Amino acid sequence: MRPELVELAQRIVSEAGRRGATDCECVIREGRELSVSVRLGETESIKQAEGKSLGIRVFRGQQAGTTYSSDLHWPAVEAMIDSALAIAAAASPDPDAGLPEAAEMGTSAGDLGLYFPATAMITPEEAVSWAARAERAALDCDPRLTNSDGGGFECGEGGKLLVNSRGFVGAVRHSSCAVSAVPIAAEDGKMQRDYWYSAARRIGNLESPESVGRTAAARTLRRLGARKPATARVPVVFDPQTAASLLGHWLDAVSGESIYREASFLTGKLGEMVASPTLTLVDDGTIVGGFGSAPFDGEGVPTRRTVVIGEGRLESYLLNSYAARKLGLRTTGNAARALAGAPGVSCGNLRLTAGATTPETIIGSVANGLYVTQFMGFGVNPVTGDYSRGACGIWIENGELAYPVEEITVAGNLQEMFRNIAAVGNDLVVRSAVSAPTLLIEGLTIAGS
Amino acid sequence: MANFFAERYGVQAAELETYLAAALSRGGEYADLYFEYQASSSLTLEEGLIKSATQGISLGVGIRVLSGERTGYAYTDDLNPAKILRAAEVAAHIASGPAQQRIAGLNASDLGQRPTASLYPVTQAATDAAMAMKLALVRRADRAARAYDPRVVQVRAGYADELRHILIVRSDGRCQSDSQPMARLSVFCLAREGAQTERGNAGGGGRVELEFFDQEITPEKLGEQAAREAVQQLSAVPCPAGEMEVVLGPGWPGILLHEAIGHGLEADFNRKKTSAFAGLLGQRVAGDQCTVVDNGTLPGRRGSVNMDDEGTPTQCTTLIENGILKGYLQDHLSSHLTRAQATGNGRRESYAHMPMPRMTNTYMLAGQHEPEDIIRSVKRGLYAVNFGGGQVDITNGKFVFSASESYLIEDGRITAPVKGATLIGNGPDVLTRVSMVGHDLRLDQGIGSCGKDGQTVPVGVGIPTLKVDRLTVGGTGA
Repeated sequence: MRPELVELAQRIVSEAGRRGATDCECVIREGRELSVSVRLGETESIKQAEGKSLGIRVFRGQQAGTTYSSDLHWPAVEAMIDSALAIAAAASPDPDAGLPEAAEMGTSAGDLGLYFPATAMITPEEAVSWAARAERAALDCDPRLTNSDGGGFECGEGGKLLVNSRGFVGAVRHSSCAVSAVPIAAEDGKMQRDYWYSAARRIGNLESPESVGRTAAARTLRRLGARKPATARVPVVFDPQTAASLLGHWLDAVSGESIYREASFLTGKLGEMVASPTLTLVDDGTIVGGFGSAPFDGEGVPTRRTVVIGEGRLESYLLNSYAARKLGLRTTGNAARALAGAPGVSCGNLRLTAGATTPETIIGSVANGLYVTQFMGFGVNPVTGDYSRGACGIWIENGELAYPVEEITVAGNLQEMFRNIAAVGNDLVVRSAVSAPTLLIEGLTIAGS
Repeated sequence: MANFFAERYGVQAAELETYLAAALSRGGEYADLYFEYQASSSLTLEEGLIKSATQGISLGVGIRVLSGERTGYAYTDDLNPAKILRAAEVAAHIASGPAQQRIAGLNASDLGQRPTASLYPVTQAATDAAMAMKLALVRRADRAARAYDPRVVQVRAGYADELRHILIVRSDGRCQSDSQPMARLSVFCLAREGAQTERGNAGGGGRVELEFFDQEITPEKLGEQAAREAVQQLSAVPCPAGEMEVVLGPGWPGILLHEAIGHGLEADFNRKKTSAFAGLLGQRVAGDQCTVVDNGTLPGRRGSVNMDDEGTPTQCTTLIENGILKGYLQDHLSSHLTRAQATGNGRRESYAHMPMPRMTNTYMLAGQHEPEDIIRSVKRGLYAVNFGGGQVDITNGKFVFSASESYLIEDGRITAPVKGATLIGNGPDVLTRVSMVGHDLRLDQGIGSCGKDGQTVPVGVGIPTLKVDRLTVGGTGA
């Protein structure tokens, strides 16, 4: 982070103190991005930008106020400090509000491998070439691939600076890039679309655009001729992407914010068996190169490894310092700081530990059931765990992927679903901050015709 | 009228011409500048405490250059002329060649041009009195929810508003500004009985001033709505699974139209023939009782704007008339490429985003039937009155939307409340199964947000009570 921004943040923190804040925290972000899309071989769009923004949180004792802006000129910043203090005066005193203790703050040791300058130096011409190659590879796979929502490439770099009045100064830089393809297939007057992508912190770690395009093509083609199956209660095999979406819902449920609000089905269940003993769920923000890695969290607390569920038992919630105080626990370094508002809770790298069974064996064990490859909609209730989502996938008959299905829903309850995990695949491939292998879950209701 | 950006940031007509010239310096055919200043504030009451209060400012300029079907886009959050000029030069690179277009001349008076429509008040900067009123709103909502039933154990009430000033300057000489307010009050509740906990949500608002919340949509009404939904869910039975008759109540269930047909009728998808509706213009896509419009001109509504984010006035566009597909939702790019009329649907989340065709307020006109007769006509089905979000795959037409409050209909009577369930269907044919349309058209209370390509914009929806003869309901029950 540029030294003048560090100086600005420190000046803000001390100026807030001079104007009456008992504590102050300042976050500055800057970044630049390039994204391109290519459709049917022609460049469709190129977007480039640079930006920076500032967030200030002040405390007057136990009252907090926050402001944010993209205007980093000093007179505007002074006005932000004043309005943050004015807002804090209107807030209620909250005995649990406040920055983490100085002893809790710090950064995890070592280089986390998050920043690669070359990744952010990609030119628009190179980006267009990546996107075009991915789309071309997809469309070349089969004559039924007649249209496209395009090939895409994006890359960027960013920096985040966090400074507070209890002595914390932390800065982190990161880079990322991704290539994607969204081909469209048509057969008998019906169209289907699917996608694939590869993302990495370093351009050299991306899958080749040809490989991404071919996978996107295969995923699209296998949806052609989809049927609507009859309503039934059957076992469901979740592919790694749909399995990861389940972890996303569990992340909501283990978040300290949901727990202290008693808005989670896991409230009060610490130490209890909440899932199949085959299931272990770990959050780790310190993995080198991880999409969810960072040396410190949104409050300046070092990130760490936390076993959330160990062999089916709920071992820990994920906490920021506020949720921790509300629950009489210690922060787990999972504070998420957006520019606006108080910190929330998020994961580092949340991963479900791989099992020993191959996905082929798992599918082979199902006589009649669903292999689900995509979900739609928002039918998940984190308070009760009730689950009902639109889906598509492939029907399994006698252990074989038989035919594609669509216009169905998959319904159950997240608590029962985690208890009813009958197999965990050995195919954990990390593609984002939340990763899971193939899962087999029994006793779900498929609504169809 | 003076322009906000001229007054506060000294933006002048001559420099705008320079930016446009730089944007078109490599042969682009069209360029526009989008200046935006957005002031936001929000506060949240939880556990009886004002826990979070925030104010923020977002400021920047987006510069777009069109060359055939290509778009170049760059933005900066710094209004320093050198930064804007550089962004214009970056966006210009989408084209390659000598400059072709002349820039229409701008005068200082052009900066003051506003659309002829005036659908919402021009709100003033927030005052201390306003802050006290906002605090009172969330406290009143909290009180009403808790008073509704002793089983209500948690209440979170939030108030958020924003005022967005925009200035659009186009290379064809059009120059327009607008000031767009927005306010929203929302309530989330938990109700508990024994070991069971259930949630309820309600919200309302629009492009309105604070006084709006003392009229029809009061904090008391929203508090009670959220509490009622949570308490009612305590006795809910599992939702049935499978195809059945579904009656949608009036208002917010109009999200059906938004997902099932609205997105599929956005012109970009039809120009590219990636929508399941591509090529269906003039054909039957709904029952003959169904007439659906997208109307950006309703005063004070959340989805309304005096002009879209490309400076085109909004209008009421008929999408489906008596069951026949009549039109698409157009932005500048798609209407230009397909030689269609722009419909005022070119919208964007902010200066950091490219405009694209988006809905405003999408609703079905009232029909003839008594709502009671519609329910009475159902032997066994679902009556859904409140919903969470929805989603659509515009290519195969499949859409979902999730009910948060619904009831069984047995032998023409509304019986037990059921747990939340997702409804799934196929956009191009779901409306052909609409067999009864009520006379009770209602619009939603002003809470809708629509996501597309990572951009969120405020929208409205509405329907009268209507019956779909066959829709798949995704419950767990028999």
